[in-house]
Amino acid sequence: MKDVIFTVIKNVPLTKNVYEMTLCGDTSDITRPGQFVNVKLDGLYLRRPISVCEVMRDRLILVYKVVGAGTEKMAALRKGAELSLLTGLGNGYDISVSGDRPLLIGGGVGVPPLYMLAEKLLELGIAPAVILGFNTKDEVFYEKEFSRLGLTSVEVTTVDGSCGTKGYVTDVLDRYEPTYYYACGPLPMLKAVHRALPCGGQLSFEERMGCGFGACMGCSCRTVTGYKRICKDGPVLYKEEILWEK
Amino acid sequence: MGKMSVDLCGIELDNPVIPASGTFGYGLEFSELYDINILGTFSFKGTTREPRFGNPTPRIAECASGMLNAVGLQNPGVEHVIKYELPALKKVFHKKVTANISGSSVEDYVYVSELLDREEQVGWLEINVSCPNVKAGGMGFGTSCESAAAVTKAVRAVTRKPVIMKLSPNVTDIASIAKACEDAGADGICAINTLLGMRINPRTGKPVIANVTGGVSGPCVFPVALRAVYQISRAVKIPVIGCGGVSCAEDVIEMMCAGATAVQVGAANLVDPYACKKIIENLPAAMEKYGVETLSGLTERALCAPGL
Repeated sequence: MKDVIFTVIKNVPLTKNVYEMTLCGDTSDITRPGQFVNVKLDGLYLRRPISVCEVMRDRLILVYKVVGAGTEKMAALRKGAELSLLTGLGNGYDISVSGDRPLLIGGGVGVPPLYMLAEKLLELGIAPAVILGFNTKDEVFYEKEFSRLGLTSVEVTTVDGSCGTKGYVTDVLDRYEPTYYYACGPLPMLKAVHRALPCGGQLSFEERMGCGFGACMGCSCRTVTGYKRICKDGPVLYKEEILWEK
Repeated sequence: MGKMSVDLCGIELDNPVIPASGTFGYGLEFSELYDINILGTFSFKGTTREPRFGNPTPRIAECASGMLNAVGLQNPGVEHVIKYELPALKKVFHKKVTANISGSSVEDYVYVSELLDREEQVGWLEINVSCPNVKAGGMGFGTSCESAAAVTKAVRAVTRKPVIMKLSPNVTDIASIAKACEDAGADGICAINTLLGMRINPRTGKPVIANVTGGVSGPCVFPVALRAVYQISRAVKIPVIGCGGVSCAEDVIEMMCAGATAVQVGAANLVDPYACKKIIENLPAAMEKYGVETLSGLTERALCAPGL
């Protein structure tokens, strides 16, 4: 973990309420896809955990949805603004176990960390299949970005059928025979994916956090192997260790 | 003794800065960030007889200049702490640690205190009779003079280490409870634990925290903590540790001006993991700014000036 001051380079909307922020600073502690940063914002006491979408040398891309006071403040930031970020938080995805046909499944604002994951898999010579789930066409983002990576299997689902296949991500799973899966999205999606896919997988979870680095026990959850802190021992959990409580 | 050193119940601290229980784990996470030996001591995560998972999530909420938590004393239990956490801590922390102890019966407090009394690494026993987030015990013991004194007396009887009672602000008269603890044999008082509060999500009309209520901490409680320290330090002769919203070196000086012997830093560690390091580094400049020759002198001056 590092406490780093980043400078905002760009902050643009991708949809009505999803923004893409490009920042410049020391990204050296961000080593695995699926990790997150904890953002300090003026006037708010607690930091806001945001997943990492992409890292390129000193450039960091965060894609976030405006859902409350913190992300509203983030959306209002302009080029040149300085932000204190705790970087390199969380365990991130383990890509060494993916096999040759991994499937990435993202729902809504769970999509961004899968982008860096796809890049890292491609660096290993592994081209994952990608399913991106949204509610409606207006909410779709990053479909082109995934395709531009050279991936040939990028499928979009929308609940109302206004873009891609109508339905949930789980409605198209039977078209795939993955060696492994990586998922990030809302809890009902994670549960459904967990039920539907027989192969091994890793799922990324969300929880309200105090510190983001394992000190406060604010985001603990029970697992098969005892309690874990979503911020420090997660946010990524192996399929086998998950206990569905809620 | 150096300019920043203080005497806490007969043990000298290099400086009065102490990370508060529940914000510093058992020290290991922070030892990866900086040399935690620069601290006066730290108070480890509230430890109970049995392992506790704590409350359901969400456990955290925010408020203006502060936060609420209802972690609910999650900890691996005293046996685990002695077997694993203390040996791991020994490798990175060479000073005495403060053992924070909680329980749901007097027998629980005694059981945990007896075991931790035997640990050479432990300098002080800090007895938490003020956790607002657990149904049985915790704050229940700290809200009356009689029950606070009963816990103090029982723990005092089973340890040779200094016993510091950590008190709740959720009471009518905190000074009288502190006095009852002193009379029952306490060697020090830590004030305050969190204030009981709550938040509701206006979209759902439901509480943000699963436990409904939680403890408020952060800069917003600093004036409440300062007032409690001021009142307590005039009611007792034993040292008082000021705790609540301390975020910078100036806050440390202000707490000591109110009569605190040492100061705990809580929520600030969660927002800035280097908070205590920065406070310690900034103390000499703040002392010079306010013409403070020694920090212990601040406490002495405060206690000699009843009309402050």
